Amino acid sequence: MGITNNPFSLEGKTILVTGASSGIGQGCAVMAAQLGAKVIACGRNEERLKGTIDQLDGEGHTSFAGELTDPMVIESLVANLPALDGVVFSAGISMTAPFTFSTRDKFDKVFNVNFFSPVELLRLMVKKKKLVNGASVVFISSVGGNFGFSVGNGIYGASKAALNSMSRLCSLELAPKKIRVNSICPGMVVTPLVEGFSENITQEDIQKDIDFYPLKRYGKPEDIAGGVVYLLSDAASWVTGQAICIDGGITAY
Amino acid sequence: MKTLDEFVALFAEQLDETDPSTVTAQTKFRDLEEWSSLLALTLISMIDEEFDVTLKGDDVKNSETIEDVYNVVVSKK
Repeated sequence: MGITNNPFSLEGKTILVTGASSGIGQGCAVMAAQLGAKVIACGRNEERLKGTIDQLDGEGHTSFAGELTDPMVIESLVANLPALDGVVFSAGISMTAPFTFSTRDKFDKVFNVNFFSPVELLRLMVKKKKLVNGASVVFISSVGGNFGFSVGNGIYGASKAALNSMSRLCSLELAPKKIRVNSICPGMVVTPLVEGFSENITQEDIQKDIDFYPLKRYGKPEDIAGGVVYLLSDAASWVTGQAICIDGGITAY
Repeated sequence: MKTLDEFVALFAEQLDETDPSTVTAQTKFRDLEEWSSLLALTLISMIDEEFDVTLKGDDVKNSETIEDVYNVVVSKK
């Protein structure tokens, strides 16, 4: 098979990635560009986005800096978008609080970023017909959503479970437009977000947690990006409505 | 800023199985039978809520007594 009809290629596709300044989002942007995509990298900070753009293979990548929890920012982003072949929602924040300290303000803070922002962005993209027929949408969720997690992560897990649920529902409603919608549920991946979790626990606890993973390590952003680029590619043309764990085997127990 | 005694009382409130009257500033909290990673997170959350100070897991780990934790809180205030 020649490279020109490689079903895993993202050649000719325009892919928008949120949370592209760091971590999994950045890993997805880099790998999508390697496979030939034109990337629109979204994040809060122009300077940090430039750091991502500089790492991308190929030409024609652009960035959009803005706070995607702000409805006005979402509107202006969507209004100026070209037709998209794929979207990766990777912007997210972590929160650690035991249940008795899980106050509404903490829920609001996490849900605004992890749930309401990507859902509203997708809603407007679909409504304004920015997604082409055959487009692929990938939500970066977490094993903490539906598969269990360590204590103190109820708010974060609930936001990701909500995202998985919405993803599945969207897969049904957008199927007539031939838009596929899936989520990827990573285990612990070493990123700035996970450093947020790790601050509350000791190095010893972290090592114990790593040892619990069948593959004996935490993930790297590219471990997750590999699944994401698959879902973005034509190789995944018959895959929709799924929540796929990429987690070093942690959910296999 | 709350006093050490008030801090000890707040700490004791988070416990389920330990008689609060036995908890003092000198209690070696990590030796408590019910001590767990969840209690460590609870302690960090309580301090965040009551003192607006964010401790790290290692701050708790490196403290021996409840007074030690209080002193870390004071030093970060």
